[in-house]
Amino acid sequence: MTLTKRTLDTLIIVAALLVMWQTLHMAVGATALPAPGSTLAYLAKFVPSARFLQNALATLESFFYALIVSYALGLSIGVWMGAHRLSGAVGEPILISLYTLPKITLYPVVLLIFGLSMSGRVTFGAMHGVLPVALMTMNAIRNIPPVYLKSARTMHLSKRQTVLTVLLPATLPEVASGLRIGFTLTLLGVLLAEMFAAKQGLGFLIINAMHLLQAEEMVTVTVVLFVFAALANSVLLWMEHRLHRRV
Amino acid sequence: MSKIAFLRLAVIVIAVGLLEAACRGGLIDHRVVIPPSEMAIALAHILATGEANHQIIRTFGIVIISVAIAVALGFVLGVIVHALPRVRQALDPLFATYYAVPIFIFYPVMIAIFGLSVVPIILIGVLNAIVAMIIATLNGLDRVPRVLTKVGRVHRMGRVSTALRLKLPAAAPHLFTGVKLAVSYGFIAVIASEFIMAPAGLGRVISDAYSDFNNPRMYGLMLLLVIVATVVNMVLHVFDQRWAERRGIART
Repeated sequence: MTLTKRTLDTLIIVAALLVMWQTLHMAVGATALPAPGSTLAYLAKFVPSARFLQNALATLESFFYALIVSYALGLSIGVWMGAHRLSGAVGEPILISLYTLPKITLYPVVLLIFGLSMSGRVTFGAMHGVLPVALMTMNAIRNIPPVYLKSARTMHLSKRQTVLTVLLPATLPEVASGLRIGFTLTLLGVLLAEMFAAKQGLGFLIINAMHLLQAEEMVTVTVVLFVFAALANSVLLWMEHRLHRRV
Repeated sequence: MSKIAFLRLAVIVIAVGLLEAACRGGLIDHRVVIPPSEMAIALAHILATGEANHQIIRTFGIVIISVAIAVALGFVLGVIVHALPRVRQALDPLFATYYAVPIFIFYPVMIAIFGLSVVPIILIGVLNAIVAMIIATLNGLDRVPRVLTKVGRVHRMGRVSTALRLKLPAAAPHLFTGVKLAVSYGFIAVIASEFIMAPAGLGRVISDAYSDFNNPRMYGLMLLLVIVATVVNMVLHVFDQRWAERRGIART
């Protein structure tokens, strides 16, 4: 019941967005913003093309590596700062201010260090993703009720058992939220990097299409990215809700 | 100064010192990163000559305008949506996904529609910031205790004075959290827009300096942005925490 209602709400939102899009299209003309219908027709033709697939693959590859770095580094920092109180207290405000920094400011530095390579885009994506993962993992560990650890001790659990049966399940839901936000921001970082300076990738395609005044291609790639991000987020949210319910 | 604050300062000083030493010692190429001391000198020079004043005013002006619009409009929309539970329920999936989509990818579309001017930048700034404010307003209004509405009725206060004198102060800490997020999101969106493509502004100047290999100018202005962003966010964060503690909704 609730599921169908939510689906209905989502459909209403999608319909409302399409109506807004169509209205805006009629107001500004097709050279600036193509209609939803013609964009869809273009999408069906463009997405299977080699050009799109190559660039999509380039973006996915950078994103994949950036995500691995974000998660590995973010989880390690988070676990360390969560478990070690002093490091956490010293480091948290530093992490928070880095988190709120407009990291695009630092992209030229990344470019100077790595050049126009994939490592640069991976680094920049990871710069966005590491901090939310680290901050939320740290909070998850700090927020473990002390009574859990006490009961683990009363039951004489070994260190491994404590980690596997107490610490991991207790922190998992919040860590999952961190991983979801990390996913989103890493994607943003990779796309920004491609938009600012790159010769491939979907971010590059958008900017390139804008320079060539190909509104259809620009809007099509934007829609593809929008749908990808929204779908990925829904799946991750669904997993997160399941984790929360289990605890 | 507490021990923790001292350690924090020490960490930052050591990090900057290491960078300085690595640059001076030739470990890091001068063409890649210049020593922090030179960045500071470059910034002082830029500020003293006033050569970038115009761009500085332009960028921070756009940030202020975007954030002001996002906060005012976000608050109004939040109040309206809060009064309409069915609409709010329908919007829930949108709020849940909004920040998962890099709103920034719409910037080129905005340029195509409105041309290369301040309008697309302000719009992206507003779009990036407004939903945080709407969500914060909804949260704040949700947390207004029922008893306050009753108190208002007992005292025969009108709707307006109940809203202004009871509900607003009760929701204020949440609203402030919304303002804090709006500032940070708006700032990020405006700077990023200027970096990708803009007729002028700090982001544009930095990206031009990057293309011209003008490292002192690039790092000087970068330092300025980093300092401003850090100071503004820290001040907002401290106020936010204090307010939350006073109202007993502290997160930590």
